[in-house]
Amino acid sequence: MTIAIGGYLTAGLLLQKSADDPWLAPARSMLLPGKTTHGHHQIELVCESCHKPFGGKEGLQASCERCHAADLKAANDTHPLAKFTDPRNADRLEKLDATLCVTCHVEHRPGITQPMGLTLAGDFCFHCHADIAKDRPSHARLAFTSCNSAGCHKFHDNRALYEDFLAKHLKDGPLAATPKLVQRALLETLAQLPDYPSDRFPLKALEPGAQDAPATVKASPGLMRDWLETSHARAGVNCSGCHQADKSAAWTDRPAQAVCAGCHGVETKGFLAGKHGMRSAEKLAPMTPARARLPMQAAAAKTELGCTSCHGAHRFDTRKAAVEGCLACHADQHSLAYERSPHSSLWKKELSGEAPAGSGVSCASCHLPRVEHRMEDLGLKRTLVQHNQNDGLQPNEKMIRPVCMSCHGLGFSIDALADRALITRNFAGKPGGHVDSLGMVERRLRELKEKRTPGSGVAK
Amino acid sequence: MKTRLSIALAGLCYATAATAQVTYKEMADALHAVMESDRTVYTRLVVNRLQNEEKVIKASEHFKDDKALPLPAQMFRFGSEGVAEKKVGWSYSLQSLWPINKQNAPKTAAEKEGLEAVAKDPAKAFYKEETLGKVKYFTAIYADRAISPACVSCHNEHKDTPKTDFKIGQTMGGVVIRLPMK
Repeated sequence: MTIAIGGYLTAGLLLQKSADDPWLAPARSMLLPGKTTHGHHQIELVCESCHKPFGGKEGLQASCERCHAADLKAANDTHPLAKFTDPRNADRLEKLDATLCVTCHVEHRPGITQPMGLTLAGDFCFHCHADIAKDRPSHARLAFTSCNSAGCHKFHDNRALYEDFLAKHLKDGPLAATPKLVQRALLETLAQLPDYPSDRFPLKALEPGAQDAPATVKASPGLMRDWLETSHARAGVNCSGCHQADKSAAWTDRPAQAVCAGCHGVETKGFLAGKHGMRSAEKLAPMTPARARLPMQAAAAKTELGCTSCHGAHRFDTRKAAVEGCLACHADQHSLAYERSPHSSLWKKELSGEAPAGSGVSCASCHLPRVEHRMEDLGLKRTLVQHNQNDGLQPNEKMIRPVCMSCHGLGFSIDALADRALITRNFAGKPGGHVDSLGMVERRLRELKEKRTPGSGVAK
Repeated sequence: MKTRLSIALAGLCYATAATAQVTYKEMADALHAVMESDRTVYTRLVVNRLQNEEKVIKASEHFKDDKALPLPAQMFRFGSEGVAEKKVGWSYSLQSLWPINKQNAPKTAAEKEGLEAVAKDPAKAFYKEETLGKVKYFTAIYADRAISPACVSCHNEHKDTPKTDFKIGQTMGGVVIRLPMK
């Protein structure tokens, strides 16, 4: 019996396909050293995703960087690796080896895991910034546990929190003068692409009857209408564009996700990096609401997530995907409160034509926002949808600049995102608390101005 | 591109140092010559020319947000970070007795001694061996002087500067190069 159990566990551990095998997956589950964080639980049985045989700490670090390095770079990481490999910081590294992600983020340790997957005591800033009060006397009374938790600073991403940015937005009101979300301009971008296959997709709207599906393929009038009303038909993408993506290939009724990625590569990359697609990225069966830890709609439990689960085949209605696609699955309090929120009211007005495009706020407006994407190899930039829903979360201050500040002032945004109850109510109401970071900056600037006498030699 | 090429060449020189019998001092001096030249070119031909003389674009600490040029000190730091990411073993940084970012103040005894020495005599580099994190380093420190009006105006006017009367030609800080010793 012992040998049988040992063999079963060994097989589960050694066979890579175990993670998605109904018989062997339980063996891997039994071998998990502890509950994984919400960030990794979907792929927790693909041990190899993080742990390389004989890879040691370096192997583990390489795994962290494989998924997270690009995001950190894009976030202007305040504490990049290079800061810690400098020999002058060797004494600090002895206290806290910040060259390794696992120094602060240990997996499988639910008992000590805090928000953002932090497994370190909350006063970790002390190790390097113990003398901060010398430079910032206003910080003398503040606890080191508050640096990272009070809404003022983050270890990695401070794009919306750095002092000079706060200084620029001291006078912001709760609502911007012209609140409006960024709009896409795909056709204009495509027209600038030097190698866009315009012979095949002529960027010219297709008319009824222009479909090039083989005569043997039967499509309902409803399906044809759906297609004709989409951006695909309006941009000259015919049936064969998806169903026969490779001209030499045979017709396929259900194109694979890779076909979507052929044109929507950046969006697909984002999808695969987020919680909707990370299982697919690891070659596991797609994510389903049944596999989620957040509350989900029971009726959607078995829905497998891919491009068409939200966008629908043929119709590809981004407006439907932006709210209905989300609420078909998500049933947590924040999601359920959306329909009664001011954001939802604005969205409904936009949909009905009462308000202009960009004035409504859908689920996707915040969680899959339209962002600037730079195509460095082409020297172009365009607006597209960030399909990694986690890109603006963990911490949620990452959402401030690309999303909140399209309509709201910085101070209001910081306060709103620090108010958990307000988030649960889906922003129905005003922030209940106040983060004083802008006030601290304002006071510091005033003090500097009063103290400093230009040309006096040394600032007083 | 020029900076990258220079650093790559410098790295190549370093890799072959043992066989070529190049001393640590010679190697540090060679690396500094490349760094100082690149830094001067960027400061004079890019930042000072376009910002201060032509007034067509600004240089800003927040160059992405402000759609501006990176500051010379940032260009230097980004190069240093690029080298660090390559894990080639040696490192360099820019430090000062009057740092705008207080993390760039001298930290080790050699840094303090060296920055004070090059501030007094900018023409003479400072060399010292020091052990950090159980590794012995050959540390060389070279004066970093204000070579254009852009250096002086930016530092004197910055809200976080501890010194507001820098003049062209004065030492503002030092380039610290560390080579691990065998």
